[in-house]
Amino acid sequence: MGSTITEKILAAHSGEEQVRPGQFVMARLDLMLGNDITAPIAIQEFRKLGAGKLADAARVVLVADHGTPNKDIEAAEQCRVMREFSREHGVEHFFDVGRGGIEHALLPEEGLVAPGECILGADSHTCTYGAVGAFATGVGSTDLAAAMATGDCWLRVPESIKVIYRGALKPWVGGKDLILYTIGRLGVAGALYQALEFCGETIAALPMAGRFTMCNMAIEAGAKNGIMAPDAITDAFMHSVTSRAYQTMTSDADAEYARVVEIDCSKIDLQVSVPHLPENARPVGEVGEVRIDQSVIGSCTNGRIEDLRMAAEVLKGREVHPEVRLIVIPATPRIHLQAIREGLAEIFLEAGGALSTPTCGPCLGLHTGVLAKGERAVSTTNRNFVGRMGHPESEVYLAGPAVAAASAVLGRIAGPEELP
Amino acid sequence: MSALHGRVHRYGDNVNTDVIIPARYLTTSDVAELAAHCMEDLDAEFVKRVRPGDMIVAGENFGCGSSREHAPLAIKGAGVGCVIAARFARIFFRNAINVGLPALVCPEAAAKIQSGDELVIDLGSGRIENRTQGESYQAEPFPKFLQQIIAAGGLVPYTRRRLATR
Ligand code: SF4
Repeated sequence: MGSTITEKILAAHSGEEQVRPGQFVMARLDLMLGNDITAPIAIQEFRKLGAGKLADAARVVLVADHGTPNKDIEAAEQCRVMREFSREHGVEHFFDVGRGGIEHALLPEEGLVAPGECILGADSHTCTYGAVGAFATGVGSTDLAAAMATGDCWLRVPESIKVIYRGALKPWVGGKDLILYTIGRLGVAGALYQALEFCGETIAALPMAGRFTMCNMAIEAGAKNGIMAPDAITDAFMHSVTSRAYQTMTSDADAEYARVVEIDCSKIDLQVSVPHLPENARPVGEVGEVRIDQSVIGSCTNGRIEDLRMAAEVLKGREVHPEVRLIVIPATPRIHLQAIREGLAEIFLEAGGALSTPTCGPCLGLHTGVLAKGERAVSTTNRNFVGRMGHPESEVYLAGPAVAAASAVLGRIAGPEELP
Repeated sequence: MSALHGRVHRYGDNVNTDVIIPARYLTTSDVAELAAHCMEDLDAEFVKRVRPGDMIVAGENFGCGSSREHAPLAIKGAGVGCVIAARFARIFFRNAINVGLPALVCPEAAAKIQSGDELVIDLGSGRIENRTQGESYQAEPFPKFLQQIIAAGGLVPYTRRRLATR
Protein backbone atom coordinates (compact mmCIF):
# COMPACT_ATOMS: atom_id res chain seq x y z
CA MET A 1 0.00 0.00 0.00
CA GLY A 2 1.19 3.48 -0.85
CA SER A 3 1.74 6.52 1.34
CA THR A 4 0.45 10.07 1.42
CA ILE A 5 2.84 12.98 1.01
CA THR A 6 2.55 13.67 4.75
CA GLU A 7 3.44 10.06 5.62
CA LYS A 8 6.38 10.11 3.21
CA ILE A 9 7.88 13.27 4.67
CA LEU A 10 7.50 11.99 8.23
CA ALA A 11 9.02 8.62 7.29
CA ALA A 12 11.98 10.30 5.59
CA HIS A 13 12.60 12.42 8.68
CA SER A 14 12.43 9.61 11.20
CA GLY A 15 14.55 7.01 9.43
CA GLU A 16 11.61 4.75 8.69
CA GLU A 17 10.86 2.96 5.43
CA GLN A 18 7.18 3.73 5.79
CA VAL A 19 4.97 5.14 8.55
CA ARG A 20 1.27 4.65 9.23
CA PRO A 21 -1.35 6.92 10.82
CA GLY A 22 -1.36 6.62 14.60
CA GLN A 23 2.32 5.75 14.77
CA PHE A 24 4.54 7.93 17.00
CA VAL A 25 7.80 9.07 15.43
CA MET A 26 10.74 11.18 16.49
CA ALA A 27 11.13 13.41 13.45
CA ARG A 28 14.27 15.33 12.53
CA LEU A 29 13.37 18.96 11.92
CA ASP A 30 14.61 21.09 9.05
CA LEU A 31 13.40 24.31 10.64
CA MET A 32 12.14 25.50 14.03
CA LEU A 33 10.26 28.76 14.40
CA GLY A 34 9.26 31.03 17.26
CA ASN A 35 7.88 34.57 17.56
CA ASP A 36 7.82 37.35 20.16
CA ILE A 37 4.82 35.77 21.93
CA THR A 38 5.96 32.13 22.00
CA ALA A 39 9.76 32.40 21.95
CA PRO A 40 10.22 34.08 25.35
CA ILE A 41 8.61 31.09 27.11
CA ALA A 42 10.51 28.69 24.84
CA ILE A 43 13.78 30.41 25.75
CA GLN A 44 12.93 30.19 29.45
CA GLU A 45 12.18 26.44 29.09
CA PHE A 46 15.26 25.94 26.90
CA ARG A 47 17.40 27.25 29.73
CA LYS A 48 15.79 24.76 32.12
CA LEU A 49 16.86 21.93 29.81
CA GLY A 50 20.50 22.70 30.55
CA ALA A 51 21.44 21.90 26.96
CA GLY A 52 23.80 24.86 26.83
CA LYS A 53 23.58 25.21 23.08
CA LEU A 54 21.16 24.87 20.22
CA ALA A 55 21.12 21.62 18.27
CA ASP A 56 21.69 23.72 15.14
CA ALA A 57 21.44 27.51 15.19
CA ALA A 58 21.07 27.59 11.40
CA ARG A 59 17.76 25.74 11.67
CA VAL A 60 16.24 28.13 14.21
CA VAL A 61 14.19 31.13 13.05
CA LEU A 62 12.92 33.82 15.40
CA VAL A 63 10.61 36.57 14.19
CA ALA A 64 9.48 39.71 16.02
CA ASP A 65 6.08 40.23 14.42
CA HIS A 66 3.21 40.13 16.91
CA GLY A 67 3.66 43.08 19.25
CA THR A 68 5.97 44.99 16.92
CA PRO A 69 7.04 47.71 16.33
CA ASN A 70 7.08 47.40 20.12
CA LYS A 71 3.58 48.34 21.20
CA ASP A 72 4.49 48.87 24.86
CA ILE A 73 7.22 48.19 27.38
CA GLU A 74 6.22 44.56 27.91
CA ALA A 75 6.30 43.87 24.18
CA ALA A 76 9.68 45.58 23.98
CA GLU A 77 10.99 43.31 26.74
CA GLN A 78 9.77 40.20 24.92
CA CYS A 79 11.57 41.24 21.76
CA ARG A 80 14.69 41.99 23.78
CA VAL A 81 14.68 38.45 25.18
CA MET A 82 14.60 37.07 21.62
CA ARG A 83 17.21 39.49 20.33
CA GLU A 84 19.65 38.74 23.15
CA PHE A 85 19.10 35.00 22.87
CA SER A 86 19.75 35.19 19.13
CA ARG A 87 23.05 37.00 19.69
CA GLU A 88 24.10 34.65 22.47
CA HIS A 89 23.37 31.52 20.43
CA GLY A 90 24.29 32.73 16.96
CA VAL A 91 20.77 32.61 15.52
CA GLU A 92 21.30 34.30 12.18
CA HIS A 93 17.66 33.98 11.20
CA PHE A 94 16.42 36.45 13.78
CA PHE A 95 14.18 38.91 12.00
CA ASP A 96 13.70 42.25 13.69
CA VAL A 97 11.49 45.21 12.77
CA GLY A 98 12.18 46.46 9.26
CA ARG A 99 13.88 43.22 8.23
CA GLY A 100 11.12 40.75 8.91
CA GLY A 101 7.40 41.09 8.91
CA ILE A 102 4.81 38.41 9.52
CA GLU A 103 6.55 35.08 9.91
CA HIS A 104 4.40 32.94 7.61
CA ALA A 105 4.71 35.36 4.71
CA LEU A 106 8.38 35.96 5.50
CA LEU A 107 9.80 32.43 5.68
CA PRO A 108 8.70 31.38 2.18
CA GLU A 109 9.90 34.74 0.82
CA GLU A 110 13.33 34.10 2.39
CA GLY A 111 13.51 30.64 0.84
CA LEU A 112 13.61 29.08 4.31
CA VAL A 113 10.91 26.48 3.63
CA ALA A 114 11.08 23.98 0.79
CA PRO A 115 9.24 20.93 -0.55
CA GLY A 116 9.73 17.69 1.37
CA GLU A 117 10.90 19.43 4.54
CA CYS A 118 9.70 18.91 8.09
CA ILE A 119 9.02 22.18 9.89
CA LEU A 120 7.95 22.89 13.44
CA GLY A 121 6.77 26.28 14.63
CA ALA A 122 5.57 27.65 17.94
CA ASP A 123 2.69 29.28 16.13
CA SER A 124 -0.52 27.60 15.06
CA HIS A 125 -0.38 28.93 11.49
CA THR A 126 2.94 27.19 10.82
CA CYS A 127 0.80 24.90 8.65
CA THR A 128 1.07 27.63 5.97
CA TYR A 129 4.25 26.03 4.59
CA GLY A 130 2.34 22.98 3.43
CA ALA A 131 1.71 25.14 0.35
CA VAL A 132 5.22 24.34 -0.91
CA GLY A 133 4.77 20.63 -0.20
CA ALA A 134 6.42 20.58 3.22
CA PHE A 135 5.12 18.98 6.40
CA ALA A 136 4.67 21.94 8.75
CA THR A 137 2.80 22.03 12.02
CA GLY A 138 2.27 24.28 15.01
CA VAL A 139 3.20 23.51 18.61
CA GLY A 140 3.62 25.42 21.85
CA SER A 141 6.65 26.98 23.47
CA THR A 142 7.87 23.98 25.47
CA ASP A 143 7.84 21.80 22.36
CA LEU A 144 9.90 24.46 20.59
CA ALA A 145 12.32 24.59 23.52
CA ALA A 146 12.88 20.83 23.39
CA ALA A 147 13.21 20.92 19.60
CA MET A 148 15.80 23.69 19.73
CA ALA A 149 17.87 21.53 22.08
CA THR A 150 17.50 18.19 20.28
CA GLY A 151 16.77 19.14 16.66
CA ASP A 152 13.84 16.74 16.59
CA CYS A 153 10.31 16.40 17.91
CA TRP A 154 7.84 13.62 18.65
CA LEU A 155 4.85 13.53 16.32
CA ARG A 156 1.92 11.24 15.85
CA VAL A 157 1.51 10.42 12.16
CA PRO A 158 -1.86 11.88 11.16
CA GLU A 159 -4.51 10.31 8.99
CA SER A 160 -5.13 12.33 5.85
CA ILE A 161 -8.27 13.86 4.40
CA LYS A 162 -8.12 14.43 0.65
CA VAL A 163 -10.00 17.47 -0.56
CA ILE A 164 -10.37 17.57 -4.34
CA TYR A 165 -11.24 20.90 -5.98
CA ARG A 166 -12.65 20.91 -9.49
CA GLY A 167 -13.92 23.59 -11.82
CA ALA A 168 -13.01 27.16 -12.69
CA LEU A 169 -13.26 29.98 -10.15
CA LYS A 170 -15.80 32.78 -10.49
CA PRO A 171 -14.51 36.37 -10.84
CA TRP A 172 -12.78 37.71 -7.67
CA VAL A 173 -12.95 34.28 -5.99
CA GLY A 174 -9.59 33.09 -4.65
CA GLY A 175 -7.83 30.89 -2.13
CA LYS A 176 -9.51 32.59 0.83
CA ASP A 177 -12.97 31.81 -0.49
CA LEU A 178 -12.01 28.20 -1.17
CA ILE A 179 -10.66 27.66 2.31
CA LEU A 180 -13.54 29.46 4.09
CA TYR A 181 -15.97 27.35 2.08
CA THR A 182 -14.01 24.20 2.94
CA ILE A 183 -13.96 25.01 6.68
CA GLY A 184 -17.69 25.65 6.40
CA ARG A 185 -18.12 22.17 4.99
CA LEU A 186 -15.79 20.39 7.42
CA GLY A 187 -16.41 22.41 10.59
CA VAL A 188 -13.79 23.82 12.97
CA ALA A 189 -13.05 20.36 14.36
CA GLY A 190 -13.68 18.52 11.08
CA ALA A 191 -10.04 17.66 10.50
CA LEU A 192 -8.89 17.45 14.13
CA TYR A 193 -5.48 15.71 14.40
CA GLN A 194 -5.58 14.99 10.64
CA ALA A 195 -3.69 16.18 7.57
CA LEU A 196 -5.67 18.15 5.01
CA GLU A 197 -4.36 17.37 1.55
CA PHE A 198 -5.64 19.86 -1.02
CA CYS A 199 -5.57 18.73 -4.64
CA GLY A 200 -7.44 18.75 -7.95
CA GLU A 201 -7.39 20.82 -11.11
CA THR A 202 -8.41 24.04 -9.36
CA ILE A 203 -5.45 23.81 -6.98
CA ALA A 204 -3.14 22.95 -9.89
CA ALA A 205 -4.15 26.27 -11.47
CA LEU A 206 -4.01 28.27 -8.23
CA PRO A 207 -1.08 30.71 -7.84
CA MET A 208 1.23 30.33 -4.80
CA ALA A 209 -0.41 33.21 -2.90
CA GLY A 210 -3.76 31.40 -2.91
CA ARG A 211 -2.08 28.16 -1.92
CA PHE A 212 -0.44 29.79 1.08
CA THR A 213 -3.79 31.28 2.11
CA MET A 214 -5.45 27.87 1.97
CA CYS A 215 -2.79 25.91 3.88
CA ASN A 216 -2.58 28.77 6.40
CA MET A 217 -6.15 28.12 7.51
CA ALA A 218 -5.95 24.30 7.69
CA ILE A 219 -5.65 24.75 11.48
CA GLU A 220 -9.07 26.46 11.46
CA ALA A 221 -10.54 23.05 10.61
CA GLY A 222 -8.49 21.57 13.46
CA ALA A 223 -5.93 20.02 11.10
CA LYS A 224 -2.38 19.16 12.11
CA ASN A 225 -1.12 20.27 8.72
CA GLY A 226 -2.39 21.38 5.34
CA ILE A 227 -0.42 20.22 2.34
CA MET A 228 -0.29 20.42 -1.46
CA ALA A 229 1.79 18.41 -3.90
CA PRO A 230 4.65 20.48 -5.32
CA ASP A 231 4.37 21.15 -9.06
CA ALA A 232 5.73 23.50 -11.71
CA ILE A 233 4.18 26.51 -9.94
CA THR A 234 5.93 25.50 -6.70
CA ASP A 235 9.24 25.01 -8.51
CA ALA A 236 8.99 28.41 -10.21
CA PHE A 237 8.31 30.00 -6.81
CA MET A 238 11.19 28.15 -5.14
CA HIS A 239 13.62 29.14 -7.88
CA SER A 240 12.60 32.76 -7.45
CA VAL A 241 13.53 32.72 -3.74
CA THR A 242 16.41 30.26 -3.33
CA SER A 243 18.95 28.24 -5.23
CA ARG A 244 19.18 25.43 -2.69
CA ALA A 245 18.19 21.87 -3.56
CA TYR A 246 15.12 20.14 -2.16
CA GLN A 247 13.46 16.79 -2.47
CA THR A 248 9.95 16.77 -3.87
CA MET A 249 7.48 14.23 -2.55
CA THR A 250 3.94 13.44 -3.65
CA SER A 251 1.21 11.03 -2.56
CA ASP A 252 1.04 7.58 -4.12
CA ALA A 253 -2.03 6.74 -6.19
CA ASP A 254 -2.89 3.95 -3.74
CA ALA A 255 -2.35 6.00 -0.57
CA GLU A 256 -5.05 5.60 2.05
CA TYR A 257 -7.29 8.45 3.18
CA ALA A 258 -9.62 8.74 6.15
CA ARG A 259 -12.01 10.65 3.94
CA VAL A 260 -12.27 12.14 0.47
CA VAL A 261 -14.21 15.37 -0.03
CA GLU A 262 -15.00 16.74 -3.48
CA ILE A 263 -15.73 20.38 -4.09
CA ASP A 264 -17.15 21.95 -7.24
CA CYS A 265 -15.49 25.36 -7.30
CA SER A 266 -17.56 26.70 -10.18
CA LYS A 267 -20.43 27.06 -7.69
CA ILE A 268 -18.46 28.89 -4.99
CA ASP A 269 -19.23 32.58 -4.52
CA LEU A 270 -17.15 35.08 -2.57
CA GLN A 271 -17.28 33.83 1.04
CA VAL A 272 -17.70 35.52 4.41
CA SER A 273 -17.42 33.77 7.79
CA VAL A 274 -19.72 35.47 10.25
CA PRO A 275 -19.00 35.68 14.02
CA HIS A 276 -17.79 33.81 16.02
CA LEU A 277 -16.34 30.80 14.24
CA PRO A 278 -14.45 30.42 10.94
CA GLU A 279 -16.86 27.60 10.03
CA ASN A 280 -19.76 30.08 9.73
CA ALA A 281 -19.02 30.60 6.04
CA ARG A 282 -21.63 31.75 3.56
CA PRO A 283 -21.81 33.54 0.20
CA VAL A 284 -21.35 37.30 0.64
CA GLY A 285 -24.83 37.81 -0.80
CA GLU A 286 -26.38 35.88 2.09
CA VAL A 287 -24.80 37.85 4.91
CA GLY A 288 -27.51 40.50 4.88
CA GLU A 289 -27.18 44.18 5.72
CA VAL A 290 -24.17 44.34 8.07
CA ARG A 291 -22.68 47.78 8.66
CA ILE A 292 -18.98 47.87 9.54
CA ASP A 293 -16.67 50.19 11.47
CA GLN A 294 -13.38 48.83 10.22
CA SER A 295 -11.85 46.85 7.38
CA VAL A 296 -8.48 45.16 7.80
CA ILE A 297 -6.48 43.89 4.84
CA GLY A 298 -3.35 42.03 5.86
CA SER A 299 -2.05 39.15 8.05
CA CYS A 300 -0.27 35.89 7.26
CA THR A 301 -3.44 34.81 5.47
CA ASN A 302 -3.93 37.68 3.03
CA GLY A 303 -1.14 40.23 3.35
CA ARG A 304 0.77 39.21 0.20
CA ILE A 305 1.30 41.42 -2.82
CA GLU A 306 -1.38 39.53 -4.79
CA ASP A 307 -3.89 40.33 -2.02
CA LEU A 308 -2.93 44.00 -2.00
CA ARG A 309 -3.25 44.12 -5.78
CA MET A 310 -6.74 42.70 -5.58
CA ALA A 311 -7.73 45.23 -2.91
CA ALA A 312 -6.21 48.09 -4.92
CA GLU A 313 -8.11 47.02 -8.01
CA VAL A 314 -11.33 47.46 -6.03
CA LEU A 315 -10.26 50.70 -4.33
CA LYS A 316 -8.76 52.49 -7.31
CA GLY A 317 -10.51 55.80 -7.87
CA ARG A 318 -12.92 55.14 -5.01
CA GLU A 319 -13.20 56.41 -1.48
CA VAL A 320 -13.50 54.58 1.79
CA HIS A 321 -16.92 55.11 3.39
CA PRO A 322 -16.85 58.04 5.85
CA GLU A 323 -17.81 55.80 8.77
CA VAL A 324 -15.23 53.12 8.04
CA ARG A 325 -11.54 52.89 8.97
CA LEU A 326 -9.56 50.95 6.38
CA ILE A 327 -6.26 49.53 7.62
CA VAL A 328 -3.93 47.92 5.07
CA ILE A 329 -0.92 46.00 6.37
CA PRO A 330 1.57 44.50 3.94
CA ALA A 331 2.87 41.29 5.51
CA THR A 332 6.57 41.94 4.98
CA PRO A 333 8.83 44.93 4.20
CA ARG A 334 9.49 43.47 0.75
CA ILE A 335 5.75 43.42 0.03
CA HIS A 336 5.46 46.92 1.48
CA LEU A 337 8.15 48.22 -0.87
CA GLN A 338 6.60 46.42 -3.82
CA ALA A 339 3.22 48.00 -2.98
CA ILE A 340 4.86 51.42 -3.05
CA ARG A 341 6.66 50.71 -6.34
CA GLU A 342 3.51 49.46 -8.03
CA GLY A 343 1.52 52.48 -6.92
CA LEU A 344 -0.74 50.45 -4.65
CA ALA A 345 0.25 52.47 -1.59
CA GLU A 346 -0.96 55.59 -3.34
CA ILE A 347 -4.30 53.98 -4.14
CA PHE A 348 -4.87 52.97 -0.50
CA LEU A 349 -3.89 56.38 0.86
CA GLU A 350 -5.86 58.33 -1.73
CA ALA A 351 -8.92 56.23 -0.93
CA GLY A 352 -8.63 57.32 2.70
CA GLY A 353 -7.09 54.12 4.05
CA ALA A 354 -4.30 53.82 6.60
CA LEU A 355 -1.19 51.94 5.47
CA SER A 356 0.77 50.34 8.28
CA THR A 357 4.22 48.86 8.54
CA PRO A 358 4.22 45.02 8.60
CA THR A 359 2.88 43.54 11.84
CA CYS A 360 0.34 41.00 13.15
CA GLY A 361 -1.15 43.89 15.17
CA PRO A 362 -4.95 43.86 14.83
CA CYS A 363 -5.20 40.22 13.71
CA LEU A 364 -4.96 39.11 17.32
CA GLY A 365 -6.32 42.31 18.84
CA LEU A 366 -2.95 43.46 20.09
CA HIS A 367 -2.50 46.90 18.48
CA THR A 368 -2.77 48.93 15.22
CA GLY A 369 -6.53 48.64 14.94
CA VAL A 370 -8.09 47.12 18.08
CA LEU A 371 -11.91 47.13 18.13
CA ALA A 372 -14.01 48.96 20.74
CA LYS A 373 -17.09 47.52 22.42
CA GLY A 374 -19.82 46.76 19.90
CA GLU A 375 -17.66 47.52 16.88
CA ARG A 376 -17.70 45.37 13.79
CA ALA A 377 -14.91 44.63 11.36
CA VAL A 378 -14.49 42.78 8.11
CA SER A 379 -11.02 41.32 8.01
CA THR A 380 -8.82 39.24 5.73
CA THR A 381 -7.33 37.52 8.79
CA ASN A 382 -8.09 33.97 9.86
CA ARG A 383 -9.98 33.96 13.17
CA ASN A 384 -13.24 35.54 14.26
CA PHE A 385 -13.44 34.15 17.78
CA VAL A 386 -15.03 36.19 20.56
CA GLY A 387 -12.68 39.08 21.38
CA ARG A 388 -10.10 38.12 18.76
CA MET A 389 -9.62 41.68 17.50
CA GLY A 390 -10.45 43.58 20.63
CA HIS A 391 -13.38 44.00 23.01
CA PRO A 392 -15.25 40.75 23.80
CA GLU A 393 -18.39 42.42 22.44
CA SER A 394 -16.84 43.34 19.10
CA GLU A 395 -17.38 41.26 15.97
CA VAL A 396 -15.16 40.00 13.17
CA TYR A 397 -16.32 38.92 9.72
CA LEU A 398 -13.68 36.99 7.77
CA ALA A 399 -13.35 37.47 4.02
CA GLY A 400 -10.87 37.81 1.19
CA PRO A 401 -9.32 41.11 0.03
CA ALA A 402 -11.95 41.84 -2.64
CA VAL A 403 -14.80 41.74 -0.10
CA ALA A 404 -12.79 43.62 2.55
CA ALA A 405 -12.04 46.41 0.05
CA ALA A 406 -15.56 46.62 -1.38
CA SER A 407 -17.04 46.63 2.12
CA ALA A 408 -14.72 49.47 3.13
CA VAL A 409 -16.15 51.57 0.28
CA LEU A 410 -19.79 50.66 0.83
CA GLY A 411 -19.74 50.78 4.64
CA ARG A 412 -21.38 47.37 4.82
CA ILE A 413 -20.35 43.84 3.99
CA ALA A 414 -20.53 43.42 0.22
CA GLY A 415 -18.71 42.06 -2.78
CA PRO A 416 -17.13 44.21 -5.52
CA GLU A 417 -20.03 43.55 -7.94
CA GLU A 418 -22.18 45.82 -5.79
CA LEU A 419 -19.96 48.83 -6.32
CA PRO A 420 -21.39 51.54 -8.53
CA MET B 1 -0.50 9.28 40.29
CA SER B 2 -2.64 10.97 42.87
CA ALA B 3 -6.40 11.42 43.00
CA LEU B 4 -7.89 14.82 42.26
CA HIS B 5 -10.94 16.16 44.02
CA GLY B 6 -12.90 19.24 43.06
CA ARG B 7 -15.93 20.96 41.59
CA VAL B 8 -16.77 21.45 37.95
CA HIS B 9 -16.92 24.54 35.78
CA ARG B 10 -18.75 23.43 32.66
CA TYR B 11 -18.30 24.99 29.21
CA GLY B 12 -19.45 24.14 25.68
CA ASP B 13 -17.78 23.27 22.38
CA ASN B 14 -14.85 25.02 20.67
CA VAL B 15 -13.61 26.96 23.70
CA ASN B 16 -10.70 28.76 22.04
CA THR B 17 -7.42 30.10 23.33
CA ASP B 18 -8.50 33.68 22.65
CA VAL B 19 -11.13 33.43 25.38
CA ILE B 20 -9.01 31.24 27.69
CA ILE B 21 -6.38 33.96 27.74
CA PRO B 22 -6.98 37.02 25.51
CA ALA B 23 -4.02 38.25 23.43
CA ARG B 24 -3.93 41.54 25.36
CA TYR B 25 -2.34 39.59 28.24
CA LEU B 26 0.24 37.77 26.13
CA THR B 27 2.96 40.27 26.76
CA THR B 28 3.65 38.47 30.02
CA SER B 29 4.63 34.92 30.79
CA ASP B 30 4.07 35.43 34.53
CA VAL B 31 1.74 32.59 35.53
CA ALA B 32 0.00 34.48 38.37
CA GLU B 33 -0.71 37.38 36.01
CA LEU B 34 -2.05 35.02 33.32
CA ALA B 35 -4.17 33.16 35.89
CA ALA B 36 -5.81 36.41 36.99
CA HIS B 37 -7.35 36.71 33.49
CA CYS B 38 -8.11 33.06 32.84
CA MET B 39 -11.37 32.53 30.83
CA GLU B 40 -12.00 36.29 31.06
CA ASP B 41 -13.71 36.77 27.70
CA LEU B 42 -15.96 33.73 28.12
CA ASP B 43 -16.78 33.84 31.82
CA ALA B 44 -15.62 36.95 33.64
CA GLU B 45 -16.67 35.44 37.01
CA PHE B 46 -14.54 32.30 36.61
CA VAL B 47 -11.48 33.59 38.44
CA LYS B 48 -13.66 34.68 41.36
CA ARG B 49 -15.42 31.31 41.62
CA VAL B 50 -12.58 28.90 40.99
CA ARG B 51 -11.11 27.04 43.96
CA PRO B 52 -7.86 25.09 44.02
CA GLY B 53 -8.43 21.60 42.64
CA ASP B 54 -11.53 22.51 40.63
CA MET B 55 -11.99 21.03 37.17
CA ILE B 56 -12.98 22.37 33.79
CA VAL B 57 -15.26 20.12 31.73
CA ALA B 58 -16.01 21.01 28.11
CA GLY B 59 -17.26 19.59 24.85
CA GLU B 60 -15.61 19.28 21.46
CA ASN B 61 -12.31 20.81 20.37
CA PHE B 62 -11.31 22.44 23.68
CA GLY B 63 -8.41 24.87 23.31
CA CYS B 64 -8.71 25.45 19.58
CA GLY B 65 -6.99 28.43 18.02
CA SER B 66 -3.54 29.74 18.70
CA SER B 67 -0.51 27.83 19.94
CA ARG B 68 -0.13 30.03 23.02
CA GLU B 69 1.10 27.95 25.92
CA HIS B 70 -0.21 30.79 28.07
CA ALA B 71 -3.61 29.05 27.83
CA PRO B 72 -2.83 25.85 29.79
CA LEU B 73 -0.49 27.89 32.00
CA ALA B 74 -3.33 30.28 32.89
CA ILE B 75 -5.68 27.38 33.65
CA LYS B 76 -3.09 25.59 35.74
CA GLY B 77 -2.16 28.83 37.46
CA ALA B 78 -5.80 29.45 38.37
CA GLY B 79 -5.64 26.26 40.42
CA VAL B 80 -7.52 23.97 38.05
CA GLY B 81 -6.47 20.38 38.67
CA CYS B 82 -7.66 18.82 35.44
CA VAL B 83 -9.48 19.53 32.18
CA ILE B 84 -11.88 16.95 30.77
CA ALA B 85 -13.23 17.30 27.23
CA ALA B 86 -14.91 15.26 24.53
CA ARG B 87 -11.90 16.14 22.37
CA PHE B 88 -9.05 18.61 22.59
CA ALA B 89 -7.50 20.75 19.87
CA ARG B 90 -4.13 19.11 19.26
CA ILE B 91 -1.77 21.98 20.10
CA PHE B 92 -3.60 22.66 23.37
CA PHE B 93 -3.41 18.97 24.26
CA ARG B 94 0.35 18.85 23.62
CA ASN B 95 0.87 22.03 25.59
CA ALA B 96 -1.19 20.76 28.52
CA ILE B 97 0.83 17.53 28.71
CA ASN B 98 4.07 19.47 28.35
CA VAL B 99 3.32 21.89 31.19
CA GLY B 100 1.82 19.24 33.46
CA LEU B 101 -1.89 20.11 33.25
CA PRO B 102 -3.81 16.81 33.15
CA ALA B 103 -6.08 16.70 30.07
CA LEU B 104 -8.52 13.80 29.92
CA VAL B 105 -10.46 12.78 26.82
CA CYS B 106 -13.89 11.42 27.75
CA PRO B 107 -16.93 12.14 25.56
CA GLU B 108 -19.28 10.46 28.05
CA ALA B 109 -18.09 12.59 30.96
CA ALA B 110 -18.23 15.68 28.75
CA ALA B 111 -21.86 14.94 27.91
CA LYS B 112 -23.10 14.13 31.41
CA ILE B 113 -21.18 16.26 33.88
CA GLN B 114 -22.90 19.48 34.98
CA SER B 115 -21.53 22.68 36.45
CA GLY B 116 -21.01 22.36 40.18
CA ASP B 117 -20.72 18.55 40.15
CA GLU B 118 -18.17 17.16 42.57
CA LEU B 119 -15.61 14.86 40.93
CA VAL B 120 -12.92 12.52 42.15
CA ILE B 121 -10.43 11.58 39.43
CA ASP B 122 -7.81 8.88 39.52
CA LEU B 123 -5.28 10.06 36.96
CA GLY B 124 -3.47 6.74 36.86
CA SER B 125 -6.48 4.79 35.69
CA GLY B 126 -8.39 7.65 34.08
CA ARG B 127 -11.43 6.86 36.20
CA ILE B 128 -13.75 9.83 36.79
CA GLU B 129 -16.18 9.52 39.69
CA ASN B 130 -19.09 11.94 39.78
CA ARG B 131 -20.11 12.14 43.46
CA THR B 132 -22.99 14.51 42.75
CA GLN B 133 -24.69 12.34 40.15
CA GLY B 134 -23.48 9.00 41.53
CA GLU B 135 -21.94 7.94 38.22
CA SER B 136 -18.50 7.17 36.94
CA TYR B 137 -16.83 7.38 33.55
CA GLN B 138 -13.66 6.04 32.00
CA ALA B 139 -11.34 8.45 30.20
CA GLU B 140 -9.26 7.29 27.23
CA PRO B 141 -5.90 5.98 28.34
CA PHE B 142 -2.87 8.01 27.24
CA PRO B 143 -0.89 6.40 24.39
CA LYS B 144 2.24 4.60 25.67
CA PHE B 145 4.50 7.22 24.19
CA LEU B 146 2.77 10.01 26.11
CA GLN B 147 2.80 8.00 29.31
CA GLN B 148 6.60 8.12 29.19
CA ILE B 149 6.53 11.93 29.00
CA ILE B 150 3.96 12.16 31.78
CA ALA B 151 5.90 9.69 33.94
CA ALA B 152 9.05 11.74 33.44
CA GLY B 153 7.16 14.78 34.80
CA GLY B 154 6.63 16.65 31.55
CA LEU B 155 8.55 17.38 28.36
CA VAL B 156 11.37 19.33 30.01
CA PRO B 157 12.54 16.52 32.33
CA TYR B 158 11.88 13.97 29.56
CA THR B 159 14.09 15.92 27.15
CA ARG B 160 16.73 16.56 29.78
CA ARG B 161 17.02 12.80 30.15
CA ARG B 162 17.25 12.31 26.38
CA LEU B 163 19.99 14.90 26.16
CA ALA B 164 21.92 13.23 28.99
CA THR B 165 22.00 9.90 27.17
CA ARG B 166 23.43 11.39 23.97
S1 SF4 C 1 -1.03 37.52 11.30
FE1 SF4 C 1 -2.43 36.77 12.86
S2 SF4 C 1 -2.63 34.60 12.52
FE2 SF4 C 1 -0.85 35.30 11.35
S3 SF4 C 1 0.92 34.91 12.68
FE3 SF4 C 1 0.21 36.99 13.06
S4 SF4 C 1 -1.24 36.85 14.77
FE4 SF4 C 1 -0.96 34.81 13.94
